[in-house]
Amino acid sequence: MSELVLTVNPIACDAHGVCASLLPELVARDPWGYPLIAPGPVPAELAEHARRAVASCPTLALRLARVDRAGGSG
Amino acid sequence: MTAIRATPPGPPQPDPAQLPRLVTPGPPAGLAAHLRRHGPVPALSGPALIASIEQAGLTGRGGAGFPAARKMRAVTTAASRRPGRGRRGGAPAVLANGAESEPASGKDTLLLRQSPHLVLDGIALAAQAVGATEAYLCVAGPQPAAALLAAVAERQRAGLPEAGVRVAAIPHGYVASEESALVNYLSGGPAVPRYVPPRPAERGVGGRPTLVHNVETLAHIALIARYGPDWFAAVGTPDAPGSALVTIGGAVRRPGVYEIALGRPVTELIELAGGTTEPPQAILAGGCFGGWLPLPGAAGVPVSPPGLRAAGAAFGSGLLTVLPVTACVLAETARVLRYLAGQSAGQCGPCTFGLPAIADALAQIAWQGRDRRTAEWLRYLLPVVANRGACHLPDGAVAVAASAIRSFSKEVEQHVTHGPCANASRPPVLPLPRTAPAGRP
Repeated sequence: MSELVLTVNPIACDAHGVCASLLPELVARDPWGYPLIAPGPVPAELAEHARRAVASCPTLALRLARVDRAGGSG
Repeated sequence: MTAIRATPPGPPQPDPAQLPRLVTPGPPAGLAAHLRRHGPVPALSGPALIASIEQAGLTGRGGAGFPAARKMRAVTTAASRRPGRGRRGGAPAVLANGAESEPASGKDTLLLRQSPHLVLDGIALAAQAVGATEAYLCVAGPQPAAALLAAVAERQRAGLPEAGVRVAAIPHGYVASEESALVNYLSGGPAVPRYVPPRPAERGVGGRPTLVHNVETLAHIALIARYGPDWFAAVGTPDAPGSALVTIGGAVRRPGVYEIALGRPVTELIELAGGTTEPPQAILAGGCFGGWLPLPGAAGVPVSPPGLRAAGAAFGSGLLTVLPVTACVLAETARVLRYLAGQSAGQCGPCTFGLPAIADALAQIAWQGRDRRTAEWLRYLLPVVANRGACHLPDGAVAVAASAIRSFSKEVEQHVTHGPCANASRPPVLPLPRTAPAGRP
């Protein structure tokens, strides 16, 4: 069984905030505007919105990875 | 009277209970003295050596404490998974990390000076075990590098069957010795961390699967290869076998590097360093990434990675600093945070902005006080900043700040209610370098 997990490459991220606008259910912003990702897998009903947020990230810092539920990385 | 033996068995196995194992007193051990003491590196197959290291229970001595054998298996697995492209592009590399950028830690520098051939044996063994065709030894600055180049040349003159080790002097900076920063530097980039995955074990120096081990870890491997896992684990505890180098400093009579059996209580280590010079207030275990343990409450805490973790601190690279009652924990911690904030490579927003914000909040509490909101702001900031960098700098900085306000909540309350304590304005106890720019050349 695998699930979708949102990750941010913190070196690439420049705090444009597009992800927080498109996916407020899972992305908040810290005091400096950088994304705070809700822990855990992306719920199925938000998967399409998550994909859109990933595609819209101006620095390609946001990634959607499919990981094994056992805890492997993707 | 001489006893006659069929074959000279080489030097006898040292008493496993006898410490030190790694660093001998006296002048640095040259190759001849090293071979007299330990004999040549035994011929062991790679899988046999890795199994032996696993059985010994050796964990990394650089700070993270990851099982040494698992790191080696990750490299062999990555190497076997690579597509053909000839072996040239894909053969693994070994990177020995002796850059020791933790201020006040001196154990790796001492080990490299006193027992360079034990480390070089470990590099040769590890290289052979993972099938590496390149080996690097990273050290802090040109002076240890020159001595180690001489040691490498001595081995080549003696005809030891091993790949030549390239010695690299790493630029100053706290994050410069982080493993992905070393990989970046040796691959021609700046000595700053990079985003993982891929980890160095999968894609390291020049794209090769790279085994990164601390130099002390490699020295232990050289002993395990010779004397076996049971010998290694004859000291220490079941959950933390073996011995380790520690640097004990602060308010003790004989500060310096000691080799200890893991799991001995905090008090025993303070005694080992000659006892305290002033009544102690706390011990900082694990250095800038560690945690504060109040004394005498923590006197019985076992000094080992699991023992210190359970107590809310860390073993890290084995740095222990005793803080006297005449010092202010909050002021000391504020200075640590100021230093760490200055060491950020400036690559990740939460670290670039978060560490100065934490440092400012701690400084406000330590030296001005009389403001409850700053303490609330600090408690909000710590979990926001943790775990959000490419490397562990923000996590370590948050850990040490959080341990100060958790273990010394009464002092925080005093400062925010009545203003700074009298000790806050005394000179610093923790040795910290003047803030130098992070590892960009």
